[in-house]
Amino acid sequence: MGVSLESTSTRKRPLSPFLTVYRWQYTMALSILHRVTGCALSVGLLLFAYWLVAAASGPEAYATAHAFFAHPLLRVLLIGFSFAFFYHLLNGVRHMTWDTGHGLERKSARLSGWIVFLGAIVSTALFWLLIARHTGGAA
Amino acid sequence: MSLRSPIGRALGLGAAKEGVSHWWSQRVTSVALLLLGLWFVSSLLRMPTFQYEFVVAWIAVPLNAVLLLLLAGTLVYHSHLGVQVVVEDYVHHHGLKIITMLLLTFAHVAVAALAIFAVLRIAFGGGA
Repeated sequence: MGVSLESTSTRKRPLSPFLTVYRWQYTMALSILHRVTGCALSVGLLLFAYWLVAAASGPEAYATAHAFFAHPLLRVLLIGFSFAFFYHLLNGVRHMTWDTGHGLERKSARLSGWIVFLGAIVSTALFWLLIARHTGGAA
Repeated sequence: MSLRSPIGRALGLGAAKEGVSHWWSQRVTSVALLLLGLWFVSSLLRMPTFQYEFVVAWIAVPLNAVLLLLLAGTLVYHSHLGVQVVVEDYVHHHGLKIITMLLLTFAHVAVAALAIFAVLRIAFGGGA
């Protein structure tokens, strides 16, 4: 009637605030890291499948995969993937705790953030230490 | 006062027409992966070697084979749910979004098929 569509639908309205308007806090970095590690693990899934397929393809294919995984560059990558795994797992527990409505206060969210981050580093170090000890470093 | 239509309120599925199913599937697979992931890590730690004969024999153990199948399937499902959210957040062009998701879906199904077939082949003794 008296209202023109122009004025209600195409006028520039303020959008919901995005990241750029907030002061940087390390809990934001941890939140983004959850997504980054998740994406990395999606790529790591290819290596997991390759390992299984190589084992199913016979000794020669497995030997090739074995040599591939033993390459120093792959070792560094695998350490990265294992960190991503432990971080995503621990932070996933943190997220699901939030889903129950607990631990959302600033103090506990920051504390759990630190626990998760340091926990992932310790888990990664412990994992490779134990792997090296079990396999005599020859994996 | 709710602005939702009576039918919308009755169905409770929201604008995306699927309610909380995506979110819920993500949590269900998260809990499953917490258990399966810890099992897999502890299994790796208990392996004395990663040589061919040992690894194949380990995969062929029925319990290990079934847990590996569950792990592979759940990982792929969870990964697909995750990358879908990322694509929806960062790929703004509608056509590009659909193509990206289509390719990622194909890739996920292919990885699942490869991993599952590999475990089954070892478990049923068809390999080597």
